[in-house]
Amino acid sequence: MAITERNHLQHIKSIHNVDVIKNGFVDIPMLQLLDAQGNLLSQELELWDKKTALRIFESMHYIRILDERMVSAQRQGRLSFYLACTGEEASVIASTAALADVDMVMTQYREQGVLAYRGYRTEQFMNQLLSNALDPNKGRQMPIHYGDKALNFMTVSSPLGTQIPQAAGYAYGQKMAGELAITMCYFGEGAASEGDFHAGLNMAAVLHCPVIFFCRNNGYAISTPAHEQFAGDGIASRGIGYGVNTIRVDGNDPLAVYLATQKAREIALTDHCPVLIEAMTYRLAAHSTSDDPSSYRAKSEEQDWELKDPILRMQRHLEQQGWFDQASTEQYCATQKSDILNALKKAEIQPKTNISEIVTDVYQEIPAHLARQRDELIAHIQRHPEHYRSTNMSDKE
Amino acid sequence: MAQMNLLQAINHALVTAMTTDERVMVLGEDVGHFGGVFRATSELQAKFGQARCFNTPITEQGIVGFATGLAAQGQVPVAEIQFADYIFPAFDQIVNETSKFRYRSGGQFNCGNLTIRTPYGGGIAGGHYHSQSPEAFFTHIPGMKIVIPSNPYYAKGLLLAAIRDSDPVLFMEPKRIYRAAVGEVPEDDYTLPLGRAHIVKEGKDISLVAWGAQVSVIQKAASMAQAEGISCTVIDLCSLLPWDIEAVCDSVQRTGRLLINHEAPVTSGFASEIAATVQSECFLYLEAPIQRVCGLDTPFPLIHEKEYMPDEHKTLAAIKYAVNF
Repeated sequence: MAITERNHLQHIKSIHNVDVIKNGFVDIPMLQLLDAQGNLLSQELELWDKKTALRIFESMHYIRILDERMVSAQRQGRLSFYLACTGEEASVIASTAALADVDMVMTQYREQGVLAYRGYRTEQFMNQLLSNALDPNKGRQMPIHYGDKALNFMTVSSPLGTQIPQAAGYAYGQKMAGELAITMCYFGEGAASEGDFHAGLNMAAVLHCPVIFFCRNNGYAISTPAHEQFAGDGIASRGIGYGVNTIRVDGNDPLAVYLATQKAREIALTDHCPVLIEAMTYRLAAHSTSDDPSSYRAKSEEQDWELKDPILRMQRHLEQQGWFDQASTEQYCATQKSDILNALKKAEIQPKTNISEIVTDVYQEIPAHLARQRDELIAHIQRHPEHYRSTNMSDKE
Repeated sequence: MAQMNLLQAINHALVTAMTTDERVMVLGEDVGHFGGVFRATSELQAKFGQARCFNTPITEQGIVGFATGLAAQGQVPVAEIQFADYIFPAFDQIVNETSKFRYRSGGQFNCGNLTIRTPYGGGIAGGHYHSQSPEAFFTHIPGMKIVIPSNPYYAKGLLLAAIRDSDPVLFMEPKRIYRAAVGEVPEDDYTLPLGRAHIVKEGKDISLVAWGAQVSVIQKAASMAQAEGISCTVIDLCSLLPWDIEAVCDSVQRTGRLLINHEAPVTSGFASEIAATVQSECFLYLEAPIQRVCGLDTPFPLIHEKEYMPDEHKTLAAIKYAVNF
């Protein structure tokens, strides 16, 4: 094959004075379609349908309730750990609503709203959170590290940003397999500092991968505020640097998030390319139950953001559309609260995963050395059962 | 002397280092105003200013690369990696850069002032991403020193020695005993030698070797063995690279038996290195096979953490096996 002549300077204009681009600041606006009162800010929209809007609204409530209940269950010592997404429900749930069920979702760890919207059941949440034998991940990971193949929800991994290049690769595979599906990759603005973010965006752009990179810019990475995380204009400006289609949205505006994601999906699927969405939001929750934000941010700052509560904004929008029914919302919330507590009680009394599972899934087949280690461990426990009272040694598997 | 836990001792060492040498700087994720997720760097920013104790973006390769350059310039960085489980993006910097800086330049340049601190180990219900003990990977890197304290006194003295050492040091902190390990710590400036093991207790039947949080586990096993008439020497290795071959071999030549305990998976764990050296140096003294009481060759399991851990019961069983061999 003949090698064609290339010119990598072709698109570059010359200038003749020493003109430094200062601060590297590109002025990227933020899409906003609902104001804090739920008023529509544009009349030229194809709005969502009532059913979708109500499903998003209920999922947002569900996650708010789940988070509140689980944070208090953790305080009571019933869970070892929890991580809430309070304040970010619109970013996560309205974006998921704009996807198709066949789309793969890879998350960081604060996106339980994806599962709620896709129909993950309360008892499934509880089995994972309680690390019991019914957890499909076999109790191997800390609470909130969900994974569900049936819902196209990739198992969560704690290391930050690792899912970003993986999402590019997964999306490339979807394209090669001719699937009418994309990959949705969520992460926070802190994770975007990891090398994997840069590798992932660059590869997705160069290799034309149908992937949406969805950054929840919630202002904090544990205690570190965004201005100590990066000096440029957020994460969106980096998309432009990598040649990736980019849009910035108000992350507390569910309609803006929904329509931006819908558009992004269409572009990714049709043009076989990545799209970066930067959702500007706020982590109203602590980083996790191991964290206490009062030592690093002002209460007044949190109060300002409470006024921008995405659930409230969604409710006002529904009221304006004539879609809001107070009685049924109250009933929905009351039912979920009691269902969650009942499911928690049930999950708590489930046995933990059988000890023989300690060596499974390391490889597809258990190699001889691991079988031996398992047998030696079980023999040791059988000789000293008094020291391992919580071990599930039951034979039924 | 003051009563301190291991975290306070580390904080005390950092304050001492920053007070005595204005080139000492502390950097890492959340180490600034917040004082670190475990509070090891508490108050440092208030005491020494933001220029000398600062938050970094979340990029481990960036933290170690930056600190390597900072050390090469002549400053004395103490970089924190929030959890040892997250050190791997920095592996390239450590393996190919930090450790080879001096060697590749024929000694013209070095980053020997660098210390990397990182909490490691299980026992905190952290699952496989907040529990790993990756020390063996790093002992395979010529040019690095690896230090792991087991109590507050050693934590302060060894950390000060690491910061002032002229080679890069990876200082791994057993987070399970951050608050549980409490002891008398001199408030004065002091260092303890790197590369030297500490004989915690002398015995005559078997030598037990561990580091970090597992030292207290072998101590417990030694007490249980004592009750059954078995006398154990307990050795806290303190440094893994270089490690105190002389102290361990000298002990084994007297007891004739050796047990090594670590949390990391048994295969290619650091116990393998110790066992190989001891069988070579002490072949005719050994009266039983060297025992390795270690983690299984699996990822660190959340729900089976208790069963996975090389606890005192497994250690006692191995002690008895070796003594009755």
